Amino acid sequence: MAETGQLSIRNAGKIYDPDGIHVVALQRVSLEVKANEFCVVVGPSGCGKTTLLNAIAGFDQLTDGQISMDGALLASPGKKLLPGPDRMVVFQQGALFPWKTVMWNVTCGPLKQERMAPAEAAEKGRELLARVGLHDIEDSYPEGLSGGQKRRVEIIRALMNDPKILLFDEPFRALDALTKSVVQEHLLELFDFAPKTVFFITHDLEEAIFLADRVAVMTTRPGTIKKVIAVDIPRPRDYRVLTSGRFLEIKAELGEAIHEEAKKAFEAGERELA
Amino acid sequence: MTLTPTPAIAPQPIGPRGSIGDRARALLTNPRIHQGVFGIGVFFLAWFLLIDLFAVWRFGGLPKLVEAVREWVSLKPIFGVSLFTAEYYKHIEASIFRVFTAFSLATLSGITIGILMGWRRIFFALTFPILEVLRPIPILAYIPLAIILLPGRETPIIGLTFLAAFFVTILNTLLGVQSIDKVYYRAAQSLGFSQWQTLWHVIVPGALPYIFVGLQIAMGACWFSLVAAEILSGSAGLGYKVWETYYYVQFPTMVIAMATLGFLGYVSSALVRIVGNRLMRWREQILSGI
Repeated sequence: MAETGQLSIRNAGKIYDPDGIHVVALQRVSLEVKANEFCVVVGPSGCGKTTLLNAIAGFDQLTDGQISMDGALLASPGKKLLPGPDRMVVFQQGALFPWKTVMWNVTCGPLKQERMAPAEAAEKGRELLARVGLHDIEDSYPEGLSGGQKRRVEIIRALMNDPKILLFDEPFRALDALTKSVVQEHLLELFDFAPKTVFFITHDLEEAIFLADRVAVMTTRPGTIKKVIAVDIPRPRDYRVLTSGRFLEIKAELGEAIHEEAKKAFEAGERELA
Repeated sequence: MTLTPTPAIAPQPIGPRGSIGDRARALLTNPRIHQGVFGIGVFFLAWFLLIDLFAVWRFGGLPKLVEAVREWVSLKPIFGVSLFTAEYYKHIEASIFRVFTAFSLATLSGITIGILMGWRRIFFALTFPILEVLRPIPILAYIPLAIILLPGRETPIIGLTFLAAFFVTILNTLLGVQSIDKVYYRAAQSLGFSQWQTLWHVIVPGALPYIFVGLQIAMGACWFSLVAAEILSGSAGLGYKVWETYYYVQFPTMVIAMATLGFLGYVSSALVRIVGNRLMRWREQILSGI
C-alpha cells in the first residue's frame, strides 16, 4: 500500500496584522508527521494551534515558511490550496448540518464529489456508524443526538471522504469526562482498524498521550514547537493505560513542559489586562 | 474494547399525529386551546358588558354585540352583508386574492434578493443602501406613487400590499444568511461542495428560521397595507367595506368586516407557521402558535 498523508511543516510563521498591532501567532514551526501517524499538538489556549490547523486545512494563509503534503505544496506566504476532501477537519464546535439527517451528513461528501453511488455511500455510512456503536440513527437530525453521538457522526462524515489526513481541532472539548473517554476509545478503534495520518490539537494532556504516537508541545505566543515526545505505549490501548506507569511518566514529562507555557500564557494575559 | 450500542432516537414528532379523530381530540383536550378560547371569551364579554348591558359613555356610538352577531347570521341582513349573502364573500375573495398575490410575489422576490445580498458581497454593497432608504418610507406615503405608476384599480392595491411584505422579507432573509455560522461554510468547502450546492444545502436551509419569522411579520404587514390601500382606491374588499360602512353609518357591518379581517389575518399567519414547521422538522424548537 502506498503510504500517503505525509505532512511536512517547515518554518511556518503567521503574523496577524503586520502593519498594525503585529501579533505573531506562529514562529518557525517545524514538524514532520509521518504517513499514518497519530500526531497530537498540545499547548495553552491562544498559542496558535488552531492557526496552524487552519493553514493546513486551507482556511488561513501563512506569512512565512511552508506546509506540504506528500511533496506537494499546501501553503506558503500568499498562497494556499483551497480546502478539500483530502484534508478533512473535525471542528471544535461541531459542524454537522443541523438541517440534514445523519445519513445525509455522512454521505454528502462522496455524493457531492461524485465518488460513490447513493446506495454504496449509504451502505458504507451505515457500516462505519455501526463500527462506532451508532445504530438506527440514520434518519435522526443532529439536534436529537447527544454530544458524544454528534462527535462520532462527524468523525464518520470526515472518514467517508477517505482523506489523506484528518485534522481535529479540539473536537472533544465540550464533552463531559465520561463521554469523552468513550469517544476517544472509538476514535482509537477506528484508527487501529484503518490507520490514517492524524493531526489532532488539544489542551488536554491525558487525551494527547492516550491518543498519540507523538505529542508536540507548543509554546505560548509566539507559538513554536517546544518539545516532541514519542508515546511508546503499545496499541491497541484502552482506558487502563491511563493509570499505567509509562503513561504517568510521559504525563509528568509533558506536564512540566506545558505548565511553564501555561504560566507564561497566564502572565501574558494578566499583562494585557493590566 | 467496549462497543456500547447506542439507543435509537427517533426524530421528534411535531404536534399530534394520527387520524383526524385523534387530532381533533388532542386539540379539544389541549389546555392551551382552552386558555385561548377563554381569552377570546373575555374580549366578547367586555364588549357585551360595556355596550349592550351598561351602554358606557364613549362606547355609545358602537354597535351592540348582539346586534352585530344577529346581522352577521341573518338571512336578510339590514345592511346587506351577512354569512348568507354573496356580497360578504365577494369582499373576502377580493381581499384574499390581493393578499395571496402580493404575499407570494414578496416571498419569491424577497427571499431571492435577501439570499443574493447575504451570499454575494457585491450585491449587498449595491442594494443595501438604497433599500435602507426606501424601507422606512411608510406604506401610506407610497399610495400616490402606486396610483400614478400602476394601471387600473387592482394593481396599485396589490403593489402596495406587496411592498410592505417585500422589505420585511428581504431584511429577515439577509439576517438569516448572516446568522449562519461560518463553520458550516468551511465544512461544505472541505466536503467538496460546489458554490451551488453550498447555496442550496447550507445557505437556504440555514436561513430558513429567520425567513419564516420574517414571513409571519410580512403576512401581518400585507393585511395592514391592504386595508390602507383598499380604503383609498378600492371598489371591493374588506378594508373598503370597513370604510364604506363607516361612511354610511352601518356600524354592525363595519365590525363584521373588521372581525373577518382579524380572523383571516390569524388563519394566514397560522398557515405560514404550519408550512415553516413542516420545512424545519430538524428543529426541536418550533414556530409557536396554534
